[in-house]
Amino acid sequence: MKLLVAIPAFNEEKMIAQVIKSIPGKIAGIKKRDILVVDDGSTDRTFEKAQKHGAIVVRHIINRGLGGAIKTAMDFARREGYQILITIDADGQHEPGSIPLFIKKVIDSHKDVVVGSRWLKAGSAPRTRIIVNKLANLLTYFFYGINTSDSQSGYRAFGPKALDRVRLQADGMEVSSEVFREIAKNRLSYAEIPIRVIYTEYSKAKGQRITNAPKIILQLLVRLFK
Amino acid sequence: MSLTQILLIVFLLFALSRVTLQYKSGNLSLLSFLFWSFLFAAAVYLTAFPDQASRIAQLLGIGRGVDAVIYISIAVLFYLVFRLYVYLENVRQEITDLVRKLALDSNKKNGRKKSKN
Repeated sequence: MKLLVAIPAFNEEKMIAQVIKSIPGKIAGIKKRDILVVDDGSTDRTFEKAQKHGAIVVRHIINRGLGGAIKTAMDFARREGYQILITIDADGQHEPGSIPLFIKKVIDSHKDVVVGSRWLKAGSAPRTRIIVNKLANLLTYFFYGINTSDSQSGYRAFGPKALDRVRLQADGMEVSSEVFREIAKNRLSYAEIPIRVIYTEYSKAKGQRITNAPKIILQLLVRLFK
Repeated sequence: MSLTQILLIVFLLFALSRVTLQYKSGNLSLLSFLFWSFLFAAAVYLTAFPDQASRIAQLLGIGRGVDAVIYISIAVLFYLVFRLYVYLENVRQEITDLVRKLALDSNKKNGRKKSKN
């Protein structure tokens, strides 16, 4: 199977090289593995650094948000004939060493979408993250009827069926909730695996803030009614 | 007719003339033109004949004509803000689609160039 590891990145020159380098080269069940960095209109040297470290880089001329970058990654994966797509954050909070676990779930357990959950493993997370996540999980259940422990995780794997069927619309952070809408709509099989998240001052500054919550809720509502 | 009424009518007529101009220059669809013309024309009529507003208010079960105008205006404004929000969302999404297409096309082109070399 062909695997594409996609890293949406916006002004990540400090971490991007490290993230690319720590993605495993050989994974059981994978014949070909490529790394795609979607540079979402960075104004720093993210593009050059990603290219220098051997990633395929697709560049948005202006910043469009996480959703826009993930949509580009999905289109790229479909166009180039990859069967599995993994998305991983560019700020270094996800451990690329967990990628084989995602692949195992997709290939061996035939799961269409696998989400890395930060809450299945004991660990400490900032309180605001816990609140934002609990609220988002509740809304995901309310809107799409899927019980998840981590609706906002950016560490995900899409198998062949999911890659073929999932069609995202959102441009911003609300894309994370939208993935669950697509799982429900297309009746895709879903699994979670525990992941460890490395919260550094850098990654905390980059992630979702509690102030984003009203915007995400409003945008999900507008999408429902428009 | 009071001075306030006259000033309000002059302003509303100005707004009505803008609607016509926008339609003529092709910036407004026929449906939008009809909607906005009706809205401003109704406002001119109710400003000129406030008693008519009271009749509408009685029909709707609201005490005073002015109250009815305010209630209806707020409802219309809320709806228009919602439409505007949806419109802006659509424009944002169209820009994103364009940016994404440019990025993917440019990558394809560069890929072809590399494989030729």
